[in-house]
Amino acid sequence: MIEGRRAALPPVARLGDAALRLVGEAGAMFLFFLEAFGRIFRSWGQFHKTVRQIYFIGVKSISVITLISLFTGMVIGLQMYYALAKFGADGFLGAAVSLSLVRELGPVLTAIMITGRAGSSMTAEIGVMRISEQVDALRVMDINPLGFLVSPKLAASIICFPILTAFFDLVGMLGGYLTGVLLLGGNSGVYWYRVSAYLKMSDISGGFIKSLVFGVVVCTICCYMGYFTHMRRDSVGPEAVSQATTSAVVTSCVLILLSDYILTSLLF
Amino acid sequence: MQANTPPDIILEGLTIGYGEHAVVSGIDAVLPGGKISVILGGSGCGKSTLVKHILKLHPVLAGRIVVGGHDIDTLDRRGMHCLRQRMGVLFQDGALLGSLTLGDNVALPLREHTRLPEKDIRERVLSKLGLVGLADFYDYYPNELSGGMRKRAGLARGMVMDPQLLFCDEPTSGLDPVTAAELDQLLLELKKSFEMTMVVVSHDLDSMRAIADHVLVLGAGRVLFQGGLAELEATQDEYLRRFLDRKAQERSTPRLTMPPLDQKMMKRDCGKYLDE
Repeated sequence: MIEGRRAALPPVARLGDAALRLVGEAGAMFLFFLEAFGRIFRSWGQFHKTVRQIYFIGVKSISVITLISLFTGMVIGLQMYYALAKFGADGFLGAAVSLSLVRELGPVLTAIMITGRAGSSMTAEIGVMRISEQVDALRVMDINPLGFLVSPKLAASIICFPILTAFFDLVGMLGGYLTGVLLLGGNSGVYWYRVSAYLKMSDISGGFIKSLVFGVVVCTICCYMGYFTHMRRDSVGPEAVSQATTSAVVTSCVLILLSDYILTSLLF
Repeated sequence: MQANTPPDIILEGLTIGYGEHAVVSGIDAVLPGGKISVILGGSGCGKSTLVKHILKLHPVLAGRIVVGGHDIDTLDRRGMHCLRQRMGVLFQDGALLGSLTLGDNVALPLREHTRLPEKDIRERVLSKLGLVGLADFYDYYPNELSGGMRKRAGLARGMVMDPQLLFCDEPTSGLDPVTAAELDQLLLELKKSFEMTMVVVSHDLDSMRAIADHVLVLGAGRVLFQGGLAELEATQDEYLRRFLDRKAQERSTPRLTMPPLDQKMMKRDCGKYLDE
């Protein structure tokens, strides 16, 4: 009925309607984040749940992050070496690899990988709980579903994203070393000297801030989409869970890149 | 709400539904304290919706719900907190948390709301699981149990805080007759032992006849009947009689007007298998 009314609106009004809904949704997400964040510190019971989530989001992501970061570093090493060699600047390979990883690729690729691995399962888990009345069961037991389900995930994301990003950067630099130095014959000492000489604390703290923001964005969007699975207009039941999961991954990836641009302009 | 008196539930001019869509309107009813009230009605008539509104899972569209003398709409956060701790709920499919064992599911309200040491919590959980015949399944996950066992586990979880109000949403649906009768017996024993107000949603007539002290019948978007079981059995209302006697509505036009599907129209010819 409401959808039908929307379709009958003139194009400009529909655009305005969509914009208003977007703003409304963004506001609801922000309030959702604030409440979940506030409930992180409510009780000691949250600590055990957070540790379990750190294992799920952090520890279980290490293998995939290792693989992706190693190959990313190796590709950057390979491409950069040939590009720099053209100008006789192959000695700057360490600086190029480390700066591109720490400032940009590390935080972004880590966030996208965790979105795919852990974010999607956060949405699906909460979505299934929502459609099978488990969230209602928590409410009637007077257990706040946000505090019980979302806060531990949010706390774990805030802890895990920066650590996994640092891990990504480190393994990526080793990947660059593998191709640039061991495979193509660059100088090992020069590689590591350029890394330490050109990588400033501001680069590292910028990457750290980015990873923190991405952690909050990914976790909030994925949990929000799952939590409101039952409110979706495009589908119901199990299909709504799958649609919510897809929307969560796509929206997270888009917002990671969007916020990356904004943060890069502000931080560097 | 008095600490030990089973509370009444009073519904005044109540209209319930989702969004702007009303499902049942003009409900004026009292679900008496210390009794088993059965909410009866056909599928989709709003029985579960009514319970969800009493549990304040959805906002009412009009009217008010008074539980133990308190209007739940005007009750502040702390008041609602206290009220919910006196309520137990058995959802239609048990609604157990899939990632927790049966023991952890039942222990959840105790861990969240009490300062009991873990040893006492385990003792209480085992006692409630024993009450529903599931004490040996403490470490099982919900997906390892049958539908009936999940329902009984849901009942154990609903009972673990020793509530004064127990809501059961279709406790016997999908159960075999013996298990259903056992569950009815259990509800009667619980009422007798713990003096609680029970609200049971059902369309199982045998179950209703076994347990009901008070019946509320919903249909066609309104309350069709409320009163005692004997009063309901004596009713001459046409719809209620059909419902109670399990009689199908007589139709003037035949329902099966289409001829059976011709096997020749099937994409794959299975005729030779069917002939054999």
